[in-house]
Amino acid sequence: MSTIVFFIFAILAVAAAWGVVTSKNIVHSALFLALTFVGVAALYVMLNAEFIAAVQILVYTGAVSIMVVFAVMLTLRGDVGESSPENKKWGWGLFVAGLVFVMITAVILTNADWRILEGPWTIQNSTAALSNLLLTNYMIPFEAAAILLTVALVGAVILAKGVRENK
Amino acid sequence: MDALNQLPLNIAATIRSLFGDSHSIWADLTMNVINIILVIVLIVLAALILILLERKIAGWTSQRPGPNRLGPHGWFQTIADALKLLGKEDVTPAGADKFIFKIAPMILFALPMMTLAVIPYGKGMSPIDLDLGIVYFLAISAVSTLSLLMAGWSSNNKYSMLGGMRAVAQMISYEIPLIFSLLGVVMITQTFSLSKIVEAQSTVPFVVLQPLAFVIYLIAGIAEVNRAPFDLVEADQEVVAGPFTEYTGLRWGLFFLGEYGNMTAVAALTTTVFLGGWQGPAILPGYAWFFLKVGIIIFFQMWVRWTFPRIRIDHLMGLAWKVLLPLSILNILLTGLGIYIYDLVLRIGG
Repeated sequence: MSTIVFFIFAILAVAAAWGVVTSKNIVHSALFLALTFVGVAALYVMLNAEFIAAVQILVYTGAVSIMVVFAVMLTLRGDVGESSPENKKWGWGLFVAGLVFVMITAVILTNADWRILEGPWTIQNSTAALSNLLLTNYMIPFEAAAILLTVALVGAVILAKGVRENK
Repeated sequence: MDALNQLPLNIAATIRSLFGDSHSIWADLTMNVINIILVIVLIVLAALILILLERKIAGWTSQRPGPNRLGPHGWFQTIADALKLLGKEDVTPAGADKFIFKIAPMILFALPMMTLAVIPYGKGMSPIDLDLGIVYFLAISAVSTLSLLMAGWSSNNKYSMLGGMRAVAQMISYEIPLIFSLLGVVMITQTFSLSKIVEAQSTVPFVVLQPLAFVIYLIAGIAEVNRAPFDLVEADQEVVAGPFTEYTGLRWGLFFLGEYGNMTAVAALTTTVFLGGWQGPAILPGYAWFFLKVGIIIFFQMWVRWTFPRIRIDHLMGLAWKVLLPLSILNILLTGLGIYIYDLVLRIGG
């Protein structure tokens, strides 16, 4: 049963990702991206990571609507239907994608340290466990990410607004 | 009274007992289908009643009778309007992005179905009892912006596009205070589960402990459902109903259902988180208390809509970023201090 559900959402996610790269219309690409995120969120739910799934929808699908706005505002062509022209350098794209694929496969195949659980994952309150980990073992990466995001935010504001030189 | 209170649960148990094994997958499946049908019926009924109520309240605030022709006091007006909508032609404008144009109202209608399915309507009466109720609710309702933008963009109409853009601009400003205002309650109860939050309010509803968060959530909630004074998305005089301009017939009706469903969902979450949900004196069954409180919140939203003028979009952003956001962060800080002091008092006292 869960295998069927997995394949429904996995195929949805991959097909939507295919739509993202093949759509001629950049707004369609963005909307396909939202569909991909929903498919991935469903896979998270199947892995008992409900919190990550909800955050995936809250943050990423919400962000897609902002992306669509930017796509529409920044498209210089009059016709949105042709706003995402094909790139002729597909050879390079194939090379880079193949390289990444080989690297990931190599890591997966050579890594002997997989911590495979004995039985199915049964911890009910995975959110509490996650927040405990974030505020104890992974405190420093968590705070570093927060600082990085703040710096990026401040940088974006300064780039957009400019700084007064005479002060 | 107790029998009346347990009535829905007893009906559910009776339906389950029709199956050989009352917890088999078929029994669960049947109950889920019945639950989702009930949620859809709730949305449609809510829309039918609320549209009439809205017009009556609009009349009351501007001292005119409102709809008063069809049936006693005009109570059948909405039914007649709905029938009229069914008979209208379904027009897709030339140059519209047809698929997105058609799917956008369906998405907006599906969202309140998904959010209302996790609300506890009574003790043990959540259609689906999620551990992460609040997070799920917020995540699903954030998608409504995307459907408004899809409708606005695909209509191939400048006003609709502007309305869709406004929906996004509005969302990034109210979303953060909206989420932060709920965090105080989560900090006190240590859970995201809506049914556990209601059970934690058996002595005192959280509106007493979190008055600031309640006010912030009410304001941001009105912005979330795009109603006056924050109805910039569909402001008739500025962008001619925004994303809905090009829609006709039943598709427009779906938007209407979605809007009123969203409004019910926000009122239901306010009731659940701040007003104690189904908790109340035993003179009424729990679900009656729940719907009474939801009705009060909805009445308040309508009252505000017909009393205050629309505010400008930059004023809304200023309000959300410069007033509501600092206040909601202050609320989190005060709640943390309060919990700390409470623990300290308990430790000294005990």
